[in-house]
Amino acid sequence: MLAFTFRRVLVALAVALTVSVASFLLLHLSGDLATAIAGPEATGPQIAQIRQDYGLDQPLLTQFLTWGWRALHLDFGNSFYFRESVIDLLAARLPITLYLGIIALAVALFVAIPLGVVAAVKRDTWIDRTALAVSVLGQAMPSFWFGLTLILIFSVNLRWLPVSGNATWKNFVLPAVALGYYAMPAVMRLTRNGMLEVLASDYVRTARAKGLPPRKILVRHALRNAVIPVIALSAVQFGFMLGGSIVIEAVFSLQGLGQLAWESIARNDFPVVQAIVLVLAMIYIGLTLAADLLNAFLDPRLRQA
Amino acid sequence: MLAALAAPLIAPHDPYAQDVSRRLIPPIWQAKGTWDHVLGTDKLGRDYLSRLLYGGQISLLIGISAALISGLIGTVLGLCAGYFGGWVDSVVSYIVTTRLAMPVVLVALAMAALVGGSLKVVVLVLGFLLWDRFAVVTRAATQQIRNQDFVSAARAAGLTDLRIIRQEILPNIMNALIVVATLEMAHAILLEAALSFLGLGVQPPLPSWGLMIAEGKQYMFFQPWVITIPGVALLLLVLAINLLGDGLRDITAPEARN
Repeated sequence: MLAFTFRRVLVALAVALTVSVASFLLLHLSGDLATAIAGPEATGPQIAQIRQDYGLDQPLLTQFLTWGWRALHLDFGNSFYFRESVIDLLAARLPITLYLGIIALAVALFVAIPLGVVAAVKRDTWIDRTALAVSVLGQAMPSFWFGLTLILIFSVNLRWLPVSGNATWKNFVLPAVALGYYAMPAVMRLTRNGMLEVLASDYVRTARAKGLPPRKILVRHALRNAVIPVIALSAVQFGFMLGGSIVIEAVFSLQGLGQLAWESIARNDFPVVQAIVLVLAMIYIGLTLAADLLNAFLDPRLRQA
Repeated sequence: MLAALAAPLIAPHDPYAQDVSRRLIPPIWQAKGTWDHVLGTDKLGRDYLSRLLYGGQISLLIGISAALISGLIGTVLGLCAGYFGGWVDSVVSYIVTTRLAMPVVLVALAMAALVGGSLKVVVLVLGFLLWDRFAVVTRAATQQIRNQDFVSAARAAGLTDLRIIRQEILPNIMNALIVVATLEMAHAILLEAALSFLGLGVQPPLPSWGLMIAEGKQYMFFQPWVITIPGVALLLLVLAINLLGDGLRDITAPEARN
């Protein structure tokens, strides 16, 4: 287990390094940063001045090493727009996105796991088919449109919940549902398939033969085992949700990391964009690493891989 | 889908023709709707149905081209990993892991913003970002048939690796690839809509469904249909493509059902 953990952590670190190189290159090769920062009205000398001020006239490798060395010390430079250090901006916005992500995940699990269990127990009945239809529909639904539709129904017509902002917990309900719905289909299918497999296993048959009450078998014996891969999947889905929250935050004007990213992209505020890409990638890498280790801890067969 | 392909034939109006005197006419099922504009008009007086049909064309175009590009990248990587194994496999798996760690929407937005949003840029960006599933599936499928008798026979007959891959392996994993292609098409269409919705994808005056929803957002409190119509169209198109993929999988690999 120790050797496995060590190997996995090493791979995760390497991936993190590659992602930072890749995100750096992508931004620097996609266009001329200095021209983009200066704006359409800038003259040649002004662009040259900006290039010099931000060190964009240095060779790419030098630029990367400087940026990488600072990033290691959590110093992502200053925002071009806010004249504030990037790390302070991130620290102010990240909690909102994390909060949104956690509620969204809770919503998704709260709906998807029971739905998956029921679909497995009532296999091939109308309940199973409805659950499947909901998951197929979920995969086809554009999240931003679902968010807008939720606003129309619950904020405009029913007036139950606020349209936008992040003042109270009520502001997080609709965005969390819109974001969580996106993760539901995968969780539901995995729960259903896991339950089907477990319900057909010998130990569940033994438990049945012992005459244990069905509910007890379902929860104590079956769900406990079927839910293990779901936990790992949830970690990965949480990472995807943080990345996808950019669209949802734009719809609901939540002042989280996604909104900051969108605005910064529109303002050509590249230090901020680059830092956000890196932070989200790090969180994702951390989560998948945790999921891998958890799976390997619970299922020793996986440690060979 | 058919309706989108036939757009130039059946669209009742020019999707770009503006008529400010006929702004925001509601669709036919509301009190003030007219048969002249069955789905109403937008804020510039453009016919909504015509824009919807042409928007469908754009969605399909983007979905298909992005799936082709990502399919090419992913299949080549997956074939190499699955066929050669060893260190090639490790390298490809590593690249896939790295790609998965990058937040797609964010990176796509940033790239589109730098290069300047346009149809071509959106296709290229999505094509270069969505190949991971192709690579994973191709790798697994290739590994399964790499050691089968007909491949060993081809190897014994002295065929080059390239010919074995092209003639023996590729035809046998084609079915799996087509299924992935439908999934990625749907994925690309949804992402394009999101990018256009955020203003960094397809640019106006082109009719993209995501853009139509973004343009309709400020009117949605009074005229909910301006976002409902393109949203439902998007939902139905993606649903249709996903079901097509499911259907193809059931036909080609019945044992994979459930």
